[in-house]
Parts: sequence; C-alpha cells; structure tokens
Amino acid sequence: MAELKLMKGNEAVAEAAVRAGADAYFGYPITPQSEILEYLMTEKAYERTGMVVLQAESELAAINMVYGAACTGKKVMTSSSSPGISLMQEGLSYLAGAELPCLIVNVVRAGPGLGAIQPSQADYFQSVKGGGHGDYRLLVLAPASVQEMSDFVPLGFDLALKYRNPVLILSDGLIGQMMEKVDLFEAKPRQMEIQENWTLSGRAGNRPKRTITSLDLDPVKMEKHNLHLQEKYKAMEANEVRYEALQCEDAEYIYVAYGASARICQKAVQLARAKGIKVGLLRPITLFPFPSLPLFNLADQVKGMLSVEMSAGQMVEDVRLAVNGKVKVEHYGRYGGMIHSPTEVLQALENKLINA
Amino acid sequence: MIMDINDIICEENLVYRKSGLLLEKPFSYCPGCGHGTTHRIIMEVIEEMGIISNVIGVAPVGCSVIAYDFLNIDMVGAAHGRAPAVATGIKRVYPDKFIFSYQGDGDLAAIGTSETIHACNRGENLTMIFINNGIYGMTGGQMAPTTLDGMKTSTSPYGRDISSMGHPIKMTELLAQLEGTYYITRQAVHTASHVRKAKKAIRLAFENQKLNRGVSLVEVVSNCNSNWKLSPVKANQWMEENMFKFYPLGDIKVEGKLVEKVQKKENIERVGNTIKI
Repeated sequence: MAELKLMKGNEAVAEAAVRAGADAYFGYPITPQSEILEYLMTEKAYERTGMVVLQAESELAAINMVYGAACTGKKVMTSSSSPGISLMQEGLSYLAGAELPCLIVNVVRAGPGLGAIQPSQADYFQSVKGGGHGDYRLLVLAPASVQEMSDFVPLGFDLALKYRNPVLILSDGLIGQMMEKVDLFEAKPRQMEIQENWTLSGRAGNRPKRTITSLDLDPVKMEKHNLHLQEKYKAMEANEVRYEALQCEDAEYIYVAYGASARICQKAVQLARAKGIKVGLLRPITLFPFPSLPLFNLADQVKGMLSVEMSAGQMVEDVRLAVNGKVKVEHYGRYGGMIHSPTEVLQALENKLINA
Repeated sequence: MIMDINDIICEENLVYRKSGLLLEKPFSYCPGCGHGTTHRIIMEVIEEMGIISNVIGVAPVGCSVIAYDFLNIDMVGAAHGRAPAVATGIKRVYPDKFIFSYQGDGDLAAIGTSETIHACNRGENLTMIFINNGIYGMTGGQMAPTTLDGMKTSTSPYGRDISSMGHPIKMTELLAQLEGTYYITRQAVHTASHVRKAKKAIRLAFENQKLNRGVSLVEVVSNCNSNWKLSPVKANQWMEENMFKFYPLGDIKVEGKLVEKVQKKENIERVGNTIKI
C-alpha cells in the first residue's frame, strides 16, 4: 500500500528496497548510512518479503557477496559511505567487467582518508569516472530529497537490470540524515522466476553451461568485450540522461548543482530573484550519463554558470566539457564536511560571475 | 579367432569413463599437477550425485582461474581471495542449491583470509575445496602463506626465513576451531588410493550441504613440480617427505567435532621440532 511518512533519507532507501522487491542486501556499518542496515534488520525485511539481509565482515566481502548474488539475476544491493565505497572499488570493477546488475548506495561523507562524518560531494570523480581499474562506467543517480532516495531504488534496480550494469545512488550525509515527508510507493512482490539467458542457476536439462567472469586471456576478445561495454555506455548516454531545470527559461546565470547542493541552490535562486538577478538552476539527476546537451544549449543563453558542489571542484570539469568554452564556468563549494549556505552561494555568484 | 577392437571396447568391459562434466578442452595445467585430478573427481562426484542442475561453482584467481573452461557446469570467476564471499552471496539467495568454491593457498590463506574465516565462522552451508601446494603457481613460484620453513621460492630464493617472513599457516586446523565448520579434512591426489580417499571426502563435503550444518572444507595437499623445479615424480616424493609432515593427511573435524588428539600426537612426533604446539 502506498503510504505517506516522515522518514530519514537512509530509512527511505531501506523501506524502498523492501517495497521494490529486493532479493538481498549485504552491507557493513559505516556512518552516516548505518540506518539502512539497521532499518532492514529492525523492520524484519526477511519476514516481510523473504529478502536476504546480511551484515558482512567488511565492505570488501559485502560487495563480493553482491557479486555472487547478482550472478543469479536477482535484485541485490549494498550501501556504504565514502571510505567503505573506496574498499568496494575492486568489486565494482569486477561487477562492471562481468556485466552484473546491482544497486549501490553511497551516502557520501568528507574525505580524503577517514575524513569526517559530515556531508560531502567529493566522491564525484570516483563515482562517474570509473573508480576502480579499467574502462568502465556506473550509471549514477543523484537524489536531492528523501522522496528521491525512495524513488531511485526501484529506478536503480530497473536500470541495472536493463543494462546489466551496476547502478550507483550517489547521495550524501545531508540527504541521508535529514527527515522529510516521503510518499512511499506501493510494494511490489519479489520476482521469483528469472528468465534471463545469462544468469547462473545450475545447468538444467540440456542447456549449455554458463560462465560469468570479467577475464579473457585473449586480448583480441578482451578488446571486443571492451568495445561492447563502451557501446552500452553510449546507449546510456543516448537514453538515460535525467535532469531538472528550474527557472532556466529567462536565466542570465545558472547554478549547476546536484544532491544537497541543489537544495541549497534552490533557495539561492529565490534570494537572487528577489534581488532582481535572473538566475536558474540546472540539477543533473543522472551524473553519468551527464546532462551535457542541455548545458551546451543553455550556454548560448546565459552569461555564466556556477557549479556548486561540496567539493574542491569536481563536477565543474564536466560542466566545462559540456559547454566547451562557450561561456564562463566557475566553481564554488565548501568541503571537509562544511555545508555552504544559500547566502554564500549567492555571494559566490556575484563575486565570481556577475561582478567579476 | 581374431578379436576386433570394437569387441574389446564395449560397455561390459568398461572399467573407467571420463566424466561427462569434463569438457573436451585439454587442461592448461602442467603435467603431474594435482589440479586436473581434483577437477576430475569433483565433476565425478557431481555427476554421481545427480545434482548438475543445482550446482554453481566459484573459481578463484591463480592457476585454476579458468577452471570454468574445463568444467561443464555453471560457474563464476571471483576476484582474488573473494570466492567465499561470492559463494556466500549465491548460497544466500539460492539456499537449496549446491555451491562450491575452489581456491589455492594464496587465494584462500593470504589475500582471502578474512573472507575464508568469516564465511566459515558464519557457518555458511558451502563446500570449499582448498588446493595447497605451498607456492604461487600462476605468477611463477613466489612464496605462499603455506610455503614451508626453509623452502626456496622466487621471493624467498635462499629459503623461507621464518624469523622475517613468518610461519607457514595451517589454515585448515585454524578453520576447524570455528564453530561454523562441520567437516574439515586434508587429502592428497597423487596416487590412486589417495584419489579414492579424496573423492570420498569431496562427496561427503557435497552431501553435507543437504544438512545445513556449516562449511565442509577439503584441503588437497598438492604439488607444483614446475615451480618446485622438480620432475613430477620427484615432486610427489618431495611432497610426501616434506609437505605431509607439516600438513598431515586425514580428517580434522567430522560432524562438527574435532577428531581425537591421538592422531595429532602421532603427527607431532613425525614432524619433530619444526612445529610448536
């Protein structure tokens, strides 16, 4: 039954996983996302749907449990925060190489190293440019509300299975920890029969054996496999770009921001408009594939773009690539776990673009 | 009367048949290596148990990284050391299927120690096959966690010096201490009688999955004649004289209980001063 609830972002992810008919969750505790595993245990996900919930001995083990379970074509997921996601990069490279669908949630905290437990967006590079070894991409969704933390779980599973590729929900400590109203979607039953022609189930009848691996000792075949992966990423770029444009129609300047920063920029747009400055916000919802074309088109209309991120400037590189020199692109952001205020963001726009 | 060859090659004269689960592809293993024999007996067990449609295997990184190229069953290749976690993932979503992992000593006892210990400690209902030849075969003969004291490898060219390189690890005995293991045994596959015993052990390790009592692990002490730089025959002799002393064959844990110490005492005497209890 659909339901309206007040929930934390992390809890919304967990509840959505059960409702989306997830078959398994493997995870390891780390702040600020431990509520996901806690919620699944407390709410007895296993009793509700038969979903497997297992606390692994490490993120390394968790991602490899995901790898194993994903071989069966079932809906599997894990979640962690930045240092834990770093540990999972080996597994993510293998998952992408072996073309296994799964859902990963990163509730980003500040780095580098052990960093701080406060919100950050400094894992952008790691998320959208590969992260582990080899040429691969994850499909990256960036929720900016508790509602989207819930909605992107079934969307993530669908996209993962559609492309046989890991999907990453790139959240942050702010979206994960804050409480908001969330309209929970109606629960779907777990899919018990898997009809795909690549999944492992045991070699029944006379069907040929199936092997899942990312290895090929023959470089000619390996290059072919890489070309196939690249085709898949191109198909994602053609079909899966998602973004939200807010008050961009008459904008002279635009903010480009995702996740928590997009929420802050939303307020900054209001403040700017009240002062008579025509500002809009372009919020990428998919970070890979990146909304390059809408930004390229907006570049003809605006005088400048400000990429606002809780990082030292990572997404700004993709914004610059997108507009290809047509318009000035600057970056503003706090980091190390500090969060910029709407006033700071407005000031940055004035200093770096309007009065520069 | 002159017998035609086809009169001899007939069903009633059959004493041995290659398992139908071994593909026609020649093994990539060195002649004399124990991997091929171990692959064969696992496939024979699966065939004899009639569980092909319910078996999923997990291959490691190492010489047997492409084990799935020889075996006509569903398999997945794991990252180095992660096979027990991968097997856990499969087994948890398919509790009624037979899941086995196949790992070498570097994979199971060095880089994957954590995954091995925790899968065993959780009592995952898995069959684990552990090939211990005291060396990294695939990468060219480097020191392994199970390399014996004084043993020469490419990264211990003057012999393993335990004062700086640490001790060879008895992973199997260590795992037997964990509550989550149900059956732990150490076998070999270099003679016909050892092959028969090892096959029985592997069969039991698969049968145990029906009981849901935890991990069944079969260690196979094997050779690596190429990297030991010995002929296959001499490698087997060396294995009997040195490896079996430190890694004595036999059951270590049966039906969840450690095997009586009588047998262990014997082992200590045989090894002399090289191990400390």
